[in-house]
Amino acid sequence: MYWNQKYETMPREELRALQLERLQLTVERVYRNVPFYRQRFTEMGIKPSSIRSLEDLRRLPFTTKQDLRDNYPFGLFAVPLSEVVRIHASSGTTGKPTVVGYTQNDIRTWAELIARCLVCAGATKFDVVQNAYGYGLFTGGLGLHFGAELLGATVVPVSGGNTQRQLMLMQDFGTTILCCTPSYALYMAEEGQKMGIDFKKLPLKAGIFGAEPWSERMRAQLEEKLDLMALDIYGLSEIMGPGVAMECRYKQGMHIFEDHFIPEIIDPDTGEVLPPGEEGELVITTITKEAFPLIRYRTRDVTRLVVDPCPCGRTHARITRITGRTDDMLIIRGVNVFPSQVESVLLEFGETEPHYLLVVDRKANLDHLEIWVEVAEHMFSDKVRQLEDLEGRLRERIQSVLGISAKVKLVEPNTIPRFEGKAKRVVDRREI
Amino acid sequence: MRVKQISVFLENKSGRLAQVTRVLGENGINIRALAIADTTDFGILRLIVNDPELAYRVLKEAGFTVSVTDVIAVEVADEPGGLARVLAVLAEANINIEYLYAFVQRTASAALVVFRVEQLDEAVGALQAKGVRILAGEEVYTL
Repeated sequence: MYWNQKYETMPREELRALQLERLQLTVERVYRNVPFYRQRFTEMGIKPSSIRSLEDLRRLPFTTKQDLRDNYPFGLFAVPLSEVVRIHASSGTTGKPTVVGYTQNDIRTWAELIARCLVCAGATKFDVVQNAYGYGLFTGGLGLHFGAELLGATVVPVSGGNTQRQLMLMQDFGTTILCCTPSYALYMAEEGQKMGIDFKKLPLKAGIFGAEPWSERMRAQLEEKLDLMALDIYGLSEIMGPGVAMECRYKQGMHIFEDHFIPEIIDPDTGEVLPPGEEGELVITTITKEAFPLIRYRTRDVTRLVVDPCPCGRTHARITRITGRTDDMLIIRGVNVFPSQVESVLLEFGETEPHYLLVVDRKANLDHLEIWVEVAEHMFSDKVRQLEDLEGRLRERIQSVLGISAKVKLVEPNTIPRFEGKAKRVVDRREI
Repeated sequence: MRVKQISVFLENKSGRLAQVTRVLGENGINIRALAIADTTDFGILRLIVNDPELAYRVLKEAGFTVSVTDVIAVEVADEPGGLARVLAVLAEANINIEYLYAFVQRTASAALVVFRVEQLDEAVGALQAKGVRILAGEEVYTL
């Protein structure tokens, strides 16, 4: 079953022709409308007419998160703001978020791709989709929402959190498709068990789980506990949001919707493109986006590209589970966190050379972030109240910058291990 | 009239207090009075020692976060109501006490109490006006 059989099962030769045509249009458009790209292309001696085959994609420059930051907030938009109907944002590497925009058509494309994802999970208009991804600036909630509506399913826009209510609605509304992070789904499963819910008696049939890395071990647990088919969805706000790639019921990697995106796998150190099957960093070029097209965006996600035919009949290549990052980004409760964000907060507090450590742990399927801060002399006081006040202000500011709560723990100097003079910034104790 | 107090930041983990006292002992520093304020995660050790400058230096060298704060050492009659009388004087003068703690040693008929207040000079004035004896730094260090 497909949402858009023509495009999802398009023969690869035809697909490649379509990609080239769309790539050429995108390159033409960013050259014309985005000064950043025009300048980059000019520096490299590239004109839109230089792109004659898909192989020519390799001649184009990469785009990085730093480029997005340098052009904050709307500098990379390829259309005037009057054409932009929605803005989303995700974590930047410091205090400022990464901002993305969508035209009316972009929103339609996104909904179509989410509809394809839902159909991958076997959904139809008769399904009840409980969408427990966060609504708001985060792309998860609204992204899934519009696709589920396009499919004609019944959407329950419950957003994240409030587990008791999630479980009540799941039972009362007869949820058949659950959308959330896999760790939160496991948490719900265990809370539900404690409340005496028998998930085998509920009509749940599939879970669309993403926004954080997970494993086959977690899939087995989710399928066993919730009695559903657990599928992985991939996306990132810079490229679109959720729905860039999605597993089908054969669970052999996530089909990346190649009629809208061109994936490449590169060696993160040299930038060289690696042959299919080799592990490296995923680079994506959007070929239909209007408001925020990106050329060769470095996702920093580590994966492999599989082009062999899939038993489901979809011809689009697949990416395997994300096995890591080529930068220091962490995903905590589905939220992207950079250690540099914490550093920027400490700098605001007058720390010239902050020594800090992010300690991440998973307890009862919930991620916990603890931030250890070494107490320098100028922060120290003989009064407990003053130190507790400092902890409180740090906690509030960090929560506001990261978008998730964290415990701040003041520690003695030289508690945080240093390696070759450089401090280690992250200890991740989670087992995925 | 001011006494130098050494404050040390301590995480709540075993052996930290022992470490501080070992550093002081090795450097021939004698502890006159001490108190610990603690929360779930950390504690603040407050010390009156015979040589505050040396104590500050050696603790800092040993990698501790240390600060020096001015406090006052007040003689309190060693009898029922003794402390209450001193506190009443400070309350009347509208002086807030951040914290206080008692000395290990005491003189013949009086106990010694350390007061940490924001308005140090006002506190000294108010207490002296009521005839309460306040010890000078040197007196305390050489007790």
